Amino acid sequence: MPEAVTLVVNGEERSLEIEGRTLLVHALREGLQLTGAHIGCDTSQCGACTVLLDGSAVKSCTMLAHQAEGRDVTTIEGLAQDGELHPLQRAFVEHHGLQCGFCTPGVILTAADLLSRGGSPSDEEIRRALRGNLCRCTGYQGIVEAIRAVGATP
Amino acid sequence: MIPAETRYARASDLDQALELLAEPDSKAIAGGQSLIPVMKLRIARPSLVVDISRLGLRGVEERDGEVHIGPLTTWNELVGAEALRRPALAALAECARGIGDLQVRNLGTIGGSIVHADQASDMPAVLLALGARLGLRSPNGERELTVADALVGPFTTALGQQELVTDIVIPTPAPGSGSAYASVEHPASGFALAGAAALVTPDGEAVAVTGVGATPFLLAGDLADAEIFGDGFASAEYRRELARVVADRALQAARERTKEDR
Repeated sequence: MPEAVTLVVNGEERSLEIEGRTLLVHALREGLQLTGAHIGCDTSQCGACTVLLDGSAVKSCTMLAHQAEGRDVTTIEGLAQDGELHPLQRAFVEHHGLQCGFCTPGVILTAADLLSRGGSPSDEEIRRALRGNLCRCTGYQGIVEAIRAVGATP
Repeated sequence: MIPAETRYARASDLDQALELLAEPDSKAIAGGQSLIPVMKLRIARPSLVVDISRLGLRGVEERDGEVHIGPLTTWNELVGAEALRRPALAALAECARGIGDLQVRNLGTIGGSIVHADQASDMPAVLLALGARLGLRSPNGERELTVADALVGPFTTALGQQELVTDIVIPTPAPGSGSAYASVEHPASGFALAGAAALVTPDGEAVAVTGVGATPFLLAGDLADAEIFGDGFASAEYRRELARVVADRALQAARERTKEDR
């Protein structure tokens, strides 16, 4: 029996009818047509589905949508403001932080969590934070450079 | 993958959660970082998931010579907990920092990890070495179990279907103590091939190991006599040797930390 859930997605209250078993990533992609959260592995390992829940990076494939009732969910679609790319998005363009782009939304949202903790993280800290985000194209170098650049900007 | 059909109920207080758990095939969910992966694989097919994540029961505080950790405290909160800064308690944050990945540490809880009872999970070793007890609550009332008594076998605990962890209690170590956690991880899963936690106090030393037996266990005597399991990733003999190495590393680090503890 589907039941109603209300989420605050990218600053907007959204209600939808979902089953008890519906994962947050499915609610976002199929219920709200927000397809920026990608499904990469299905086994909670790749991080392509990462979104921010009240500002913290979580894997939306490893959370029931009902668990997010009333909470703030930020997807990659919600990062740009007034037509301006988020600094992380811009840095990924400038530092060649992506190739195929499949992992990118998850990587950027994990980086947003890391940078929200303050300071300018070292390369080692950035790589540690990215442990739950698999990229099979870049070898991570461009990703690390992009995040480091944003972290170093006051 | 999509979990099998299930119903969802959010508990608003502990009594309601226990009542909901009367359904025989129901399961409590907190951070869900262990349960949801096994639901997706359909290894777990609960008829009802009871969401206990909003029951409070989180945070770390020291009172009356004991450290109390709320079972819904996330790994990330443990890493940042002020009350655990002492070298005597350093193993807790050291262990939490290495669990899963950033996303898992944001949602995964210490209580959930203990009752999931994965034989290779890290934190039970730390709790065993620190002599922790679990405060439990069921419709029959409250009781306490040591972590050693709570862990019965792989993915099996001594908790009843209608029983929840409400507190994790660690006796505050005497001044001049140190603790540490060391592990060698499986590179893909991040779970410990062998992990060890050590507590060194002015009165003695305790070491517990994980990843090498049916449950994490306190070392009493030599590892040569312990029952160690092997699998396709690491043979029993290799795990036994690895357990010796990490136990040694944890002990040395814990001894070193006693110098700064007061």
